[in-house]
Amino acid sequence: MSEQQTVPAGPASTNPPAAAEERPGVVRRILSGSAGRNLGLVIALVLLVIVGTITAGDRFASYDNFLTILRLASIIGVISIGLTFVITAGGIDLSVGSVMGLATVVASLAAVQAAATQSSWLLMVLIPIGVGVAAGLINGIVIAYGNVVAFMATLAMLVAARGLAELISGRRTQIVIETGFLQFTRSSIIGVPLLIWIFLVVAIVAWFLLNRTTFGRRTVAIGGNREASRLAGIRVKRHLVYVYVLSGLTAGIAGIMMLGRTTAGTSTHGTLYELDAIAAVVVGGTLLIGGRGTIVGTVLGVLIFSTLTNVFTQNNLDTSVQAITKGLIIVIAVLLQQRFATRGSSGN
Amino acid sequence: MIDDDHSAPLLRVHGITKSFAGVQALKGVDLEVRAAEVHCVLGQNGAGKSTLIKVLSGVHQPDGGVIEWQGEQISIAHPVAALGLGIATMYQELDVVDGLTIAENIFLGHERSAGGMLKVAEANRATRELLLRLGHGNLSPSTEVGRLSAANKQIVSMARALSHDTKLIIMDEPSAVLDSEEVRNLFRVIRELTSQGVAVVYISHRLEEIRQIGDRITVIKDGRSMAVGLSARETPTPDLITLMTGRAVANVFPARVPVPADAPVLIDVSDLTLRGQFTNVSLSVRAGEIVGLAGLVGSGRSEILETIYGARKASGGQVSVGGTRLKPGSVRSAVHAGIGLAPEERKSQGLILDEPVYRNVTLSTFARFARGGFLDERRERQVSLEQMQALELRPAVPERTTRTLSGGNQQKVLLARWLVHGTKVLLLDEPTRGVDVGARAEIYALIRQLAAAGTAIILVSSEIEEVIGLADRVLVIGDGEVLSTTYAHDIDERGVLDLVMKGAAA
Repeated sequence: MSEQQTVPAGPASTNPPAAAEERPGVVRRILSGSAGRNLGLVIALVLLVIVGTITAGDRFASYDNFLTILRLASIIGVISIGLTFVITAGGIDLSVGSVMGLATVVASLAAVQAAATQSSWLLMVLIPIGVGVAAGLINGIVIAYGNVVAFMATLAMLVAARGLAELISGRRTQIVIETGFLQFTRSSIIGVPLLIWIFLVVAIVAWFLLNRTTFGRRTVAIGGNREASRLAGIRVKRHLVYVYVLSGLTAGIAGIMMLGRTTAGTSTHGTLYELDAIAAVVVGGTLLIGGRGTIVGTVLGVLIFSTLTNVFTQNNLDTSVQAITKGLIIVIAVLLQQRFATRGSSGN
Repeated sequence: MIDDDHSAPLLRVHGITKSFAGVQALKGVDLEVRAAEVHCVLGQNGAGKSTLIKVLSGVHQPDGGVIEWQGEQISIAHPVAALGLGIATMYQELDVVDGLTIAENIFLGHERSAGGMLKVAEANRATRELLLRLGHGNLSPSTEVGRLSAANKQIVSMARALSHDTKLIIMDEPSAVLDSEEVRNLFRVIRELTSQGVAVVYISHRLEEIRQIGDRITVIKDGRSMAVGLSARETPTPDLITLMTGRAVANVFPARVPVPADAPVLIDVSDLTLRGQFTNVSLSVRAGEIVGLAGLVGSGRSEILETIYGARKASGGQVSVGGTRLKPGSVRSAVHAGIGLAPEERKSQGLILDEPVYRNVTLSTFARFARGGFLDERRERQVSLEQMQALELRPAVPERTTRTLSGGNQQKVLLARWLVHGTKVLLLDEPTRGVDVGARAEIYALIRQLAAAGTAIILVSSEIEEVIGLADRVLVIGDGEVLSTTYAHDIDERGVLDLVMKGAAA
């Protein structure tokens, strides 16, 4: 289209100049902005580390243990990052955990492993990704073009993918013997395990994608007001398919990581991961109704939960108590967010 | 029938001030309401009407000033105290509970009960009496409120006010959610109330309504009362607008600019049909021309615009822009060809309210500013700022959250969006809905300027005088058909209505 126009001299107006922008205090502005929300999460994380250090001492506060926490966080972290896009766009993906499980099963089938040994271990990297993308594509098409509610469509995918994984694995655990793949996934770069590097790279790429690209802008816009986005000329349905494919893709990547970490593929991998991922995303500050998403928040949310798990494990505490604490953290985080959110917007 | 008792003020407010965090919302407001009158409070958005209501209903405490109720000086400490005095408030966002029945809503908070057991039958009986008083005996007390229309929800809200032995009901823009038939009904109910001695404070910025229902007017501007107790029927409109806006509005509608005979046809619609909505609508608009669609609610006006835009898929006919046929049902094809729509429901269809203004301005163009998929937000901000200044969108702060803008400024955000896009054909659906009187003239002037700069404009409005005042040509729509096409200066409001009525009778 042609370049923009400007309106010739506006109507002669004697309106007084706009009242000075109300400026809430600098501290309050920072606290109510995205930095403030993340700051709260950082404080929570630091508190957890302090509690861990006091209660478990060196068992907790060691380089090796921190790597353990990060390794624990990496798989759910990658899933949560993909899910952040879906939730920001106003959707939900309950199938992430079971799609990851299915990806591990397909990639560790005896036939696939044999083929990988004959050709290249990269096959075992590509197949989980393919499984994830395919599942995301189905989710996206059913939701965007079939007008099925995302909750139901992905719930169906959760159940179906788990069933398919059980069917093709015969409910048996399939051990990974492909040495090239194992060497790759269990390698370290400058002393840091590959899984953590993958988490880091996925997080950085996702941050750029959400905050700096047209893809991210469309995602936020659709989540903020789907009808307005459509009427502005954005291809909403097509974009929603992309978003679910992205979530499937990260579930597939998580499958590769899971195969590497556990050296086994099984249909039970990833059970209830969808709930952990949703919790991390929402605690991180992404709005469940869409329109606002934060990758940094999601990463911090994941780190908080995995550090919490680690603190409990190091102190030999009951997992039931851990579950209760998790529940409390979710509620407190959401309560705090609401307070900041209302304070931020009530300028007058 | 006004006796002496009635003309003594029920409520007298003098010199009320109130500030929030250093911002002075009320700088001295006077108000005097008599029993059994409809007292209109008139003011632009941000004038302080909402704050005044909240002071009177006990939500806020004033910093200074005097409130007298039935001759005694009082202070209203909290909302329950206001109810106790007999002051009830109907907010714009109706505070009814959808999941409860009419009777349960009316007695919410003061349930009829004995020993913890609800006396349902008694509550229903009392509810029926209240509904009868309001002329709505047809509503059943056991109906769930969620199934009622916005108009009937208001009736429930009013019945609840009456259940407290109310002497004064404050209504905050009650007509904003109603269509014209429902507004007439609302007025009937209000007259019912005043005939029973109840006073009504009616907040609105629709002058036509105030003329119909109001007895006296108080005008508020910038937190100050400019005039107290004017006659609602006799005060001339220009005076009221001047009081509200502080400037004279000599002529609300801008002068027409003749369309050159050789101006190219930018959009051509032929035999457009949407089954069940409208049939065989044909029209063409030339560069610089404003074509208005006039008709009653439900005549198919908005549907025609949305179908031209591809938001609805036409079942027949075609739309061409500059000779290119558009793909039916494709918004993208329309936007690409250079059509822009400012939709009727600005908030739900047009804007992402929680996003900054500049992102709403560039919602159709951000990809154009991007390089290799990466956004260029600096250019987006800069381009938005230029448009905001050109359109006199105040404050010209691109980072501001869109929700905080007034209706008129939000409309300008949509205009800015299509200006940045370089749109040649603008479809405007109710461009001044929710825009206050002072800002309307400004929007009208902008629309005329856009046309003068070569844009083809199709305008839809439920206010017939707006269509006639602004458009060059008027298409009268009735029952999904074009009843007539005339030049705007050859027709008046009466003429349009006659055509519509004849169409309905035929």
